[in-house]
Amino acid sequence: MIDFQTDPTRYRHWKLAFDGPIATLTMDVDPAGGLMDGYELKLNSYDLGVDIELADAVQRLRFEHPEVKTVVLRSGKDGIFCAGANIRMLGQASHGHKVNFCKFTNETRFSIEDASDNSGQRYLAAVAGSAAGGGYELAVTADYIMLIDDRRSSVSLPELPLLAVLPGTGGLTRLTDKRRVRRDRADIFCTTEEGVRGGRAVAWRLVDEVVPPSAWEATVTARALELAERSDRDGVRGVSLTPLNREITDDAVRYPLVQVALNRAGRCATITIQGPADLPGDLRGVHDSGAAFWPLAMARELDDALLHLRLNEPTIGILVFRSAGDPEQVMAADSLLEQYQNDWLVREIRLLLKRVFKRVDMMARSLITLIGPGSCFAGSLAELVFAADRSIMFAGGSNNAATLHLSALNFSAYPMGNGLSRLANRFYGEPETLDTAAGLIGDTLDADTAEANGLVTFAYDEIDWDDEVRLILEERASFSPDALTGLEANLRFAGPETMETRIFGRLTAWQNWIFQRPNAVGETGSLKRYGSGIRPDFNTERV
Amino acid sequence: MPDSTVIDYDGLIPNNVGLNEDLRVRKALETWHPGYIDWWKSMGPEGFQDFPVFLRTAIGVGSDGWAKYGFVKMPDYRWGILLAPAVEGRTIPFGAHKGEPAWQEVPGEYRAMLRRLLVIQGDTEPASVEQQRHLGSTAPSLYDMRNLFQVNVEEGRHLWAMVYLLQKYFGRDGREEADDLLRRRSGHQDTPRMLGAFNENTPDWLSFFMFTFFTDRDGKMQLGALAQSGFDPLSRTCRFMLTEEAHHMFVGESGITRVIQRTVEAMKAAGIDDPYEIERIRALGVIDLPTLQKKANLHFSLTLDLFGNEISTNAANAFNSGLKGRYREDKIEDDHQLTSSFYPVLRQRDGAIINEDVPELSALNMRLRDDYVVDANDGLTRWNRLLKTSGVNFQITLPHVAFNRRIGEFNAIHTDTQGNILTNEAWEATKETMLPSTADNEFIISLMQPVREPGQYAGWIAPPRYGIDNMPGDFEYVRMTS
Repeated sequence: MIDFQTDPTRYRHWKLAFDGPIATLTMDVDPAGGLMDGYELKLNSYDLGVDIELADAVQRLRFEHPEVKTVVLRSGKDGIFCAGANIRMLGQASHGHKVNFCKFTNETRFSIEDASDNSGQRYLAAVAGSAAGGGYELAVTADYIMLIDDRRSSVSLPELPLLAVLPGTGGLTRLTDKRRVRRDRADIFCTTEEGVRGGRAVAWRLVDEVVPPSAWEATVTARALELAERSDRDGVRGVSLTPLNREITDDAVRYPLVQVALNRAGRCATITIQGPADLPGDLRGVHDSGAAFWPLAMARELDDALLHLRLNEPTIGILVFRSAGDPEQVMAADSLLEQYQNDWLVREIRLLLKRVFKRVDMMARSLITLIGPGSCFAGSLAELVFAADRSIMFAGGSNNAATLHLSALNFSAYPMGNGLSRLANRFYGEPETLDTAAGLIGDTLDADTAEANGLVTFAYDEIDWDDEVRLILEERASFSPDALTGLEANLRFAGPETMETRIFGRLTAWQNWIFQRPNAVGETGSLKRYGSGIRPDFNTERV
Repeated sequence: MPDSTVIDYDGLIPNNVGLNEDLRVRKALETWHPGYIDWWKSMGPEGFQDFPVFLRTAIGVGSDGWAKYGFVKMPDYRWGILLAPAVEGRTIPFGAHKGEPAWQEVPGEYRAMLRRLLVIQGDTEPASVEQQRHLGSTAPSLYDMRNLFQVNVEEGRHLWAMVYLLQKYFGRDGREEADDLLRRRSGHQDTPRMLGAFNENTPDWLSFFMFTFFTDRDGKMQLGALAQSGFDPLSRTCRFMLTEEAHHMFVGESGITRVIQRTVEAMKAAGIDDPYEIERIRALGVIDLPTLQKKANLHFSLTLDLFGNEISTNAANAFNSGLKGRYREDKIEDDHQLTSSFYPVLRQRDGAIINEDVPELSALNMRLRDDYVVDANDGLTRWNRLLKTSGVNFQITLPHVAFNRRIGEFNAIHTDTQGNILTNEAWEATKETMLPSTADNEFIISLMQPVREPGQYAGWIAPPRYGIDNMPGDFEYVRMTS
């Protein structure tokens, strides 16, 4: 089983050090520390295990270290910043593992940019040594890239000439969209195995600055402090992300607030989320609750459950979301998140919820949300209704009716990758429907009202409910998993493209196609032959 | 087509590559030339640029007498572009293209890889000149001083050889790389040379002899492997460079031999039998044998790092592409493609050093290093024969390949010179018994007093058996008086 839970005392590949507003996150990959057998993580190359630690570090820096305003990313190895994803690992991994590996590493890269953009915790990549492939892609997530000018160190995206694949963590898209590298220069850069160094790297905007070795350490410190000065981060006491209380059995994963029940025969998992029981009354109470504060605790548990299902339960094709609790309490939690949104911790919690809901959007599983009696899909939790491919609400049971509640957060706090709220995405091209929905904020909506306002797919009464739900799940389970993944990924994201949708949609789709092709993974393909010294034999047909 | 065995001495740059007809490359080289001379004057041998030195210059690239001796001031040395004669109908000797006609132009798909090979090789040539630039002032004799300068000007010529290839075959990128070869500086914090061993200091003459014996021998192996290249201009260049490199190894091997000879003579005269009576031996003004062994341990281990990682994708690619062969590929009997054979590699596994068979293509750095160790071991025999006949109970040996390594399989462990793995504490406690200590180095430095009378030698080194070009013993190899 691949476990996404870790903490700094267990890191094998990263070191965290703190100096006032500056944190240093040092990559020093243990070659023998691969997640699986059969490869060595040489030259700071990484596999999923390395990235799980990185994701944990990024998360903890945000919650546990409000005093940190700049994170300096650097390498603990001489002459190498990071060599990217381990090629032998990719060569031996299943297609599914490669796809999920890339998806997770991409989400982690976006979480770094999210910290820079929204948390006032800016990242600085101090590249002393070569940053190749995923190594450069990691550097390029930072706000500012410094490259040592020792006439050796370079940045490169050698995937195409070296491996006949593409950079898999957003490198191509960030070149043009983030770094604004001219497309013909980007073309040269991506087909030159040895990459670019020195002044040309600056002229082409691949890095922001080159610095001679004699001035390196002083300049890194100076730039880190400059970035810190521009931060609006103002917290003092961090919130410790305590270990999750998790129990995994053959057919269930249980956390205090999130329960996953697996129906393997039906290839379906039911994820039930418990609403809050006792919420603090004010901001001080939120801070005192720390990791136990319901929105934070629920988000962390749901996030872990989603990752567990992705990597460890690949045949579970349908996720059914349910909830149980008092919707008024969820709305009260939303009120806290709304009222204190300028507090650093509340901001972090909102941003974490945003990222977890994005993780839901990125699940290559069919998402069905069932809104039954006793459920608490209200405000933030109602995002799971709008994230679903279909949502079904129970109509009937007059003294115990199912309800749905909207809060202001549904319209503002949790944009999807395309920059739209899930409701705006849902009502793309129907601005008046969106406006009407905004008028329903705070109302207790019954099934008929929710259906009439387009907030759920169907409302079924007790006569139809059991049968319709069963039919939807059985029909869904019968379709091609591949085709469903493609269909859902297309339909979930309406409207505009962003760098994020381009990376996930365009780049990974191409990458995943290339990863399936004989030119990469065939017996004479590049990944199979990599390191052997024998050239791959390419099928020369352009598709 | 120029006659490639005749060197054109008419132009600024002596050559046998028809530079007169190749205006583009001639212009590039003539543009590069002033920068080279500036580099030589500022980074070449310090304090001796204005004195005539008895140097050899190539006058033909055939096997019959290619060298001419004469006095020349070093900045006026005729550095040229000299390639071994073309071999009619030469084919690519190894790799995926084995049997195809050797390339006279760079194949596009291998351009970047080939350029990298040339730049790394080229970078070592000026580096060693820079490392040795202060040695002239402490030369133990004019004979040795002249040998040093001969080595230096030939390293300079090797730089020319690589620069020619870069400028002729690699366009604008090649010209930029050629310029960068003059900009990097050995040991400079901001602009170091590319390989670690070429950023180490060469502080004394014992280090110089060890360097030419051990590290120039790596150069010989690398050139030997590049001389096999399917890219014919590189092959011809390296074949000619090898004839010069042999002299460098002679300087090292004979230099150490003369040091040993002097030491055992002094020991005998003083009635000392035990080579470990270090203080008494040092009091004689000669270098004790255990210190020589430590210096050998140091230079051997530093040089092994130059072979890179034992298991190397780059080396596999360079071989399979036909760019860099094995040492003396043409003397090896196998399929020369190595796609299905295995080679044993010493590896470090869970605290033990073991042998592991790996696909031979990926083990080519290991193979070249193995060939090097054999070659270096052969070189020791002359020293040890001398020790044996002198009756001193001491032999110089090579340390284990895992000893004192920073690159490759053993970079994370410490071992003794026998290859037994040591804890950090044990290493710290014993390393000065295996590598030169500060006191050892200070002692060596204390001996480095210049001797500039013709025919005279410092007390720690014996005179050579023969003069250069059979000159008499009191020949003035460097004219500092005129």
